[in-house]
Amino acid sequence: MEYCIIGNSAAAIGAVEGIRGVDKKGTMTIISDEPYQAYSRPLISYYLAGKVAEDKMYYRPNEFYKNMGVELLCGSGAGKLAVREKTVILRDGTKKRYDRLLIATGGKPFVPPIKGLEKENVHTFHKWDDVKSLAEELSAGCKAVIIGAGLIGVKAAEALLCLGVEVSIIELADRVLSSVLDEQAAAIAQQVMEEHGVKFVFGDTVTEVLGEGRVEGVSLKSGNKMECDMLIVAIGVVPNTDIVKGTGINVNRGIVVNERMETSVDGIYAAGDVAEGKNLLWAEQRVIPILPNAYKQGETAGVNMAGGNNSFTKGFAMNSLGFFDFKMTSAGMQGGEGYEEIYTLKAEEKFYRKLVIKDNRLMGFIALKNIDRTGILTGLIKDQVEITKFKEALLKIEPGFAEWPKELRKERMLS
Amino acid sequence: MKRVYVREEYCAGCGLCQVHCITAHSEYKGDIIKAYKKSFPRPLARVIVEEKRPLSFSLQCRHCEEAECVKACITGAMQKDPATGIVINDTARCIGCWTCVLVCPYGAVRRDETLHKVAVKCDMCAEAGGVPLCVENCPNGALEYREER
Amino acid sequence: MSLKSYVTPSFLIERNKERCIKCKVCVQQCANEVHRYDEEDDEIISEEHQCVNCQRCVTLCPTGALTIRKNPNELRQNSNWTAEAVRAIYIQAETGGILLTGMGNDRPYPVYWDNILLNASQVTNPSIDPLREPMELKTHLGRKPDSLSIKEGKLQKKLPPQLELELPIMFSAMSFGSISLNAIKSLAEAAKQEGTYFNTGEGGLHRDLYQYGENTIVQVASGRFGVHADYLQAGAAIEIKIGQGAKPGIGGHLPGEKVEREVSETRMIPEGTDAISPAPHHDIYSIEDLRQLIYSLKEATNYEKPVSVKIAAVHNVAAIASGIARAGADIIAIDGYRGGTGAAPLRIRDNVGIPIEFALAAVDTRLRQEAIRNQVSLVVGGSIRNSADIVKAIALGADAVYIASSALLALGCHMCQKCYTGKCNWGIATQDPQLAKRLNPELGAQRARNLLRAWKHEIQEMLGGMGINAIESLRGNRLMLRGIGLTEKELQILGIKNAGE
Repeated sequence: MEYCIIGNSAAAIGAVEGIRGVDKKGTMTIISDEPYQAYSRPLISYYLAGKVAEDKMYYRPNEFYKNMGVELLCGSGAGKLAVREKTVILRDGTKKRYDRLLIATGGKPFVPPIKGLEKENVHTFHKWDDVKSLAEELSAGCKAVIIGAGLIGVKAAEALLCLGVEVSIIELADRVLSSVLDEQAAAIAQQVMEEHGVKFVFGDTVTEVLGEGRVEGVSLKSGNKMECDMLIVAIGVVPNTDIVKGTGINVNRGIVVNERMETSVDGIYAAGDVAEGKNLLWAEQRVIPILPNAYKQGETAGVNMAGGNNSFTKGFAMNSLGFFDFKMTSAGMQGGEGYEEIYTLKAEEKFYRKLVIKDNRLMGFIALKNIDRTGILTGLIKDQVEITKFKEALLKIEPGFAEWPKELRKERMLS
Repeated sequence: MKRVYVREEYCAGCGLCQVHCITAHSEYKGDIIKAYKKSFPRPLARVIVEEKRPLSFSLQCRHCEEAECVKACITGAMQKDPATGIVINDTARCIGCWTCVLVCPYGAVRRDETLHKVAVKCDMCAEAGGVPLCVENCPNGALEYREER
Repeated sequence: MSLKSYVTPSFLIERNKERCIKCKVCVQQCANEVHRYDEEDDEIISEEHQCVNCQRCVTLCPTGALTIRKNPNELRQNSNWTAEAVRAIYIQAETGGILLTGMGNDRPYPVYWDNILLNASQVTNPSIDPLREPMELKTHLGRKPDSLSIKEGKLQKKLPPQLELELPIMFSAMSFGSISLNAIKSLAEAAKQEGTYFNTGEGGLHRDLYQYGENTIVQVASGRFGVHADYLQAGAAIEIKIGQGAKPGIGGHLPGEKVEREVSETRMIPEGTDAISPAPHHDIYSIEDLRQLIYSLKEATNYEKPVSVKIAAVHNVAAIASGIARAGADIIAIDGYRGGTGAAPLRIRDNVGIPIEFALAAVDTRLRQEAIRNQVSLVVGGSIRNSADIVKAIALGADAVYIASSALLALGCHMCQKCYTGKCNWGIATQDPQLAKRLNPELGAQRARNLLRAWKHEIQEMLGGMGINAIESLRGNRLMLRGIGLTEKELQILGIKNAGE
């Protein structure tokens, strides 16, 4: 059996580990367009800030590929997919035949058509090379504008602040981190970020990048202008589905997969940020671009590719996000109409804990400042446990099992 | 694999499991006084004690077969030893992103920020071998180290 | 106006700061709230007024940082008005109440066991090594017939019901209420494992304990708590409690606070109500009345279970025992004045009753003189502290002994004598779930078993030394005893010779 994996991040590594759990012999090839062993993408902001050394960037030990019997083709990347021939054609022309293929190409930064984006010192914040080139360009005291106050924009801002850069964030929405925080939480998070020196412009966006050759500023939709030495586009990430264009593989927002991570074409699987799969909380299929989800989908795909039988339907969004020493975790849904919401807000202490409940089951939570043991909440979402009898206790600074009915506690705590 | 199981009906809530856990993870193993007075930073107890009188119990990492923390770890620091089944965090690689805190359904991963940010959790006292010290030193037999029943 | 207390702390707690790691185990464990953690100063403070010297904190302190000693503060020396006497007055002047206490008499009365020495074989008769030769400790309690008629190797008449003990030690009556269910479970399991019996006291039999029925003596006391047909049927024997060594002549009082759901169900009384055992049985005013109760119970259980009658050792105990034997009891249990209690008025405990050594000798002698010794087995209790006490008791005429204080010590009791407060830090004399769970019955059973086994070995050693290979041969064998430091009268009552005689 010949396995081929396009992509070399969490989903790919999950797949390798999934395959090798079932099939010890088959040959595996990973095709990557980056010149590295698998590294941790979420670490790039830490790398930029100097908090993680080069050798600690790798997601698995050096000998991982050798031990797992994986041939790593990195650099060129996959260019074309010949489905009928079961062949991947690399950009350098090399052909790689497969019996089973996993597409784990992840996401790519969404870059809207803004005038002047081609100027020097405009960056995205997605790959290791992005931050390496960024690092070369910046110096303490320089001014950066980040478009987007989402997870990427915020982590980029933190790293730049560590390096003494003046940071302004321009966000079209009315708050920070709108995909993971509700308004009350976002207000606190924004305050924290502002205390660290981030300047925000909300409800506005960049219409033009100014400067001669190099970025010198941006002009905004509101008509305002801002000076800057660099621009980071962190609007979002979209599934990187380029490789499947014209192959007949069913694509919606991402590559559509079933619970076994199978695409619409036999023998071809997709996993991670490129895949749009079944999930726990939403009726419709979704792309859930977070690392734990990518790993699990990859692992599921791997097991199935090797002839095992595994399914993954329990994905949901979750994030642990630090901004300097301020800690935030969130998972699942933010609530709204049709949901019961209970929360504790101590704005002056920057403490916030919200539970989103439906049908007596936890559908989501947000925890600000105190995040210890919030994994218990994540677990309750994952297993959709009935929480009526102890939901108030879950608002405690440190949730625990003491308030639970004895039987449930024993079942969930000691299993 | 053998795990630590608490029998809450006999937990006296004394916290000696934590005292011995701290000592076992300090540089002064076997010497409680030095572990508390001399080791800096003093390690965090890997075992959590919850109390809501009269109920009390302790809880430590369950070393899950399908460990959420391992799968969610963004650095690869959290790994399950295939031979022993023990889930161990490589503190040299851990950067304290707290994703493990976010995903552990037992709330058994602790944050240690005394020096650099690092996630700490029960390692079954694997280094010392034998029975974990929380179990060994429970004065009322409330902790058992055994295979799952 | 409130009365300022003149009572100073009895104990002083010394905390070795070089050892204290502020782990707060002491704070957590003290139900009397003696220790507390002061967050502001990051110190643990001990406030000794409430300290009962139960040693829980000392024992659990992982660094041995705590020492409790007698408060060295002294009143002006006075041999008549001792500090204790003065203190009692202060307490009563503040409370206007009876002084209460727990466990057995702690006054410095003579302990006669310690004035009795055992014999051993030398040259003229060989001693026996129990590790190499069989040594029988099996004991049967119950009425023995005047004679046996055997035909073709078979008994012609069925023997009266007997309790069979693998060793001559039983756990004496302690009620569910006075002690925790975990304590009872510990003793029940140990009794089962070692082939002996525990006794329900007047607390009834909790549903979890029916499985130990074969090793249970069910008690019927003046309050009749928890007595019903299934209860009587469940036990291996029934004991009518007339009196208790720690408080002869008075009843019992379990305060309503201790009557939580389980206790209330087991005792069949409403939750939270005081359980008052009257001083007398209101249906027993004579030996004849006692006979009626004995036979009612025998009738109720089809004459299949021996019936025991437990009395406190009082002045004319011999005559009373004779009456009990004649009333039809199969076993007489006598509780000496050092016997323990969960709660008793201090003055009663310390001043009423007589030593078990004298009571036993007197009763055994009297029953022999009346030629009815075979009709009853004698079980004695009231501070049996070790295996030598047991050997001496059996040589004085006992069939078996009851132990309670020593059994509780095995479970962790530290003799603080505060059982009546319900705040036993060792999980024994309490119904507070927070405290009761501190006694894991599996570990408790292990400790109680170990004690029984240890004493069994020691009894065997002592018997072997005397050249005796069965406990039966020791029973009433007062020649194996000699007195030391006793008066002529004491020797006479004990029926033993002086050392050297």
